[in-house]
Amino acid sequence: MEITKDVVKKVAQVARLRLTGNEVNKFTAELKEILDAFSKIDEVDTENTKMSIQPVEVKNALREDKVGECLSVEDALKNTEHKKDNYFKGPRAI
Amino acid sequence: MSEKIIKEVGEINKEYNYFNEIPKDLEEHLVKGKLSGYFVSIKDCIVVKDMESRAGSKILSGYKPVFDAGVAEKIKKEGGIIIGKTAQDEFGFGSFSKNVGVDMKIPLNPFDRERCCGGSSGGSAGITQKALFKHISIAESTGGSIVCPASFCGVYGLCPTYGLVSRYGLMDYANSLDKIGPMAKNVEDIALALSVIAGYDERDSTSVKRDKEDYSQYLKRDIKGMKIGLIKEAFGEGVDEEVKKKINEKVKELEEKGAKVEEVSLPLNAKYSLAAYYIIAMSEASTNLAKFCGMRYGKHEKLEGGFNEYFSKVRSANFGVEAKRRIIIGTFARMSGFRDAYYIKSLKVRTKLIEEYKKMFERFDVLISPTMPVIAPKFSEIEKMTPLENYMMDILTVGPNLAGLPHMNIPVGFKEKMPIGLMVIGNHFDEGKLFQIGKELKR
Repeated sequence: MEITKDVVKKVAQVARLRLTGNEVNKFTAELKEILDAFSKIDEVDTENTKMSIQPVEVKNALREDKVGECLSVEDALKNTEHKKDNYFKGPRAI
Repeated sequence: MSEKIIKEVGEINKEYNYFNEIPKDLEEHLVKGKLSGYFVSIKDCIVVKDMESRAGSKILSGYKPVFDAGVAEKIKKEGGIIIGKTAQDEFGFGSFSKNVGVDMKIPLNPFDRERCCGGSSGGSAGITQKALFKHISIAESTGGSIVCPASFCGVYGLCPTYGLVSRYGLMDYANSLDKIGPMAKNVEDIALALSVIAGYDERDSTSVKRDKEDYSQYLKRDIKGMKIGLIKEAFGEGVDEEVKKKINEKVKELEEKGAKVEEVSLPLNAKYSLAAYYIIAMSEASTNLAKFCGMRYGKHEKLEGGFNEYFSKVRSANFGVEAKRRIIIGTFARMSGFRDAYYIKSLKVRTKLIEEYKKMFERFDVLISPTMPVIAPKFSEIEKMTPLENYMMDILTVGPNLAGLPHMNIPVGFKEKMPIGLMVIGNHFDEGKLFQIGKELKR
């Protein structure tokens, strides 16, 4: 698929970024160059090769099922400017 | 003592911009421990309780964590005094610490202020070189962000095996690649710092269960009979001749001291590690950065419009250009229709690259290459680079990072008064051998 300005605009929308006209132009050209270079990995034969989600295998990362301390309401709300009645206040949902 | 140190750090910072945050009063700990007498700087992306932590980004302005990262806890427990949060590329997105967040300052090389510190842990490397007091820095690497700045600033920097040091409290760049590690002026302090910060932590699900080690013991061992593989492709085109010469000289020294050296080839890594690394790193980064939206912490804007309008407004105004670029590329690489060709393919290529390294470690104890192909570039030279040329600077460091292998920068000399670094890579959890090499080169 060709990288066009419309593709970049669509991706930006998915990622919740508003780009200026200049940014769209710049990123379109750069993305073409970068993805073209990265496509080199197509040359590697990976049939029957498993994915490495992590470089070191970690098995059964489960902790003991016991009650621990969690963040207090006061601490959780300490860094927000938007709060009301012990809740975070967000933008309009509908 | 602490007052004097704060003043000293403040003076250095005025000239070199190594810190994003320096506390007014240093928290003196009454505890006596392995780090008593040490002052410790911590990369901005690792949270320290009540100390503004921004990962070099404007979008986290004002964020004062209510808890300590696992490593910060351990440092305090051993008597280390935290002197501030070091400057970095925004969220770690860069190799020169030039991609700092909106309105933030770029750290300058301690040997030449017209040159960069390297990245992304640039502030950590700079202050490590400049500090005249007992100092350790805690840095972080995703694709080379510890050894690159260590090389450009002439200090030791260790990126440990993936999972050896807890990532609890680290603001993720790419979860499957991020590692926390120390920087210091000498290898003894690196071994000490790693002994303190390594160890299992149930709060990080990728933390590896292993017995605690005292890494200082390796400093007493010699290298007689140690098998070293010299990576052929790291001495090819694009690598500075003087850098090559200096590394070869040092390898000869190791040979004279009893090591057995052989040239080795890692063709898959040389050709494909950069592309696979960047696709994985950007894909993971784009998901990690989705949580920054101006609601619970960091930069807030006036609440108006719907969810999407508000989030887009906050994110567009407060992420820097490189962060936006990586979000776009990473989001694209994960989108339906492209996911298999880019993200999934890269994860499979990664398996092949790890296998190539693992095969080498059946025959060799460690591998050696230059850390960076060049000395620290001037800002005027960086300006002229395209984003792709920027990424290509990481060609020697992305391999061990992608494979989660421990690697360390050892300062070995100078070109035009700028430091040259040698990189030694070990097998998983073989940090000890890196210390043996580091110590031997100092003898």
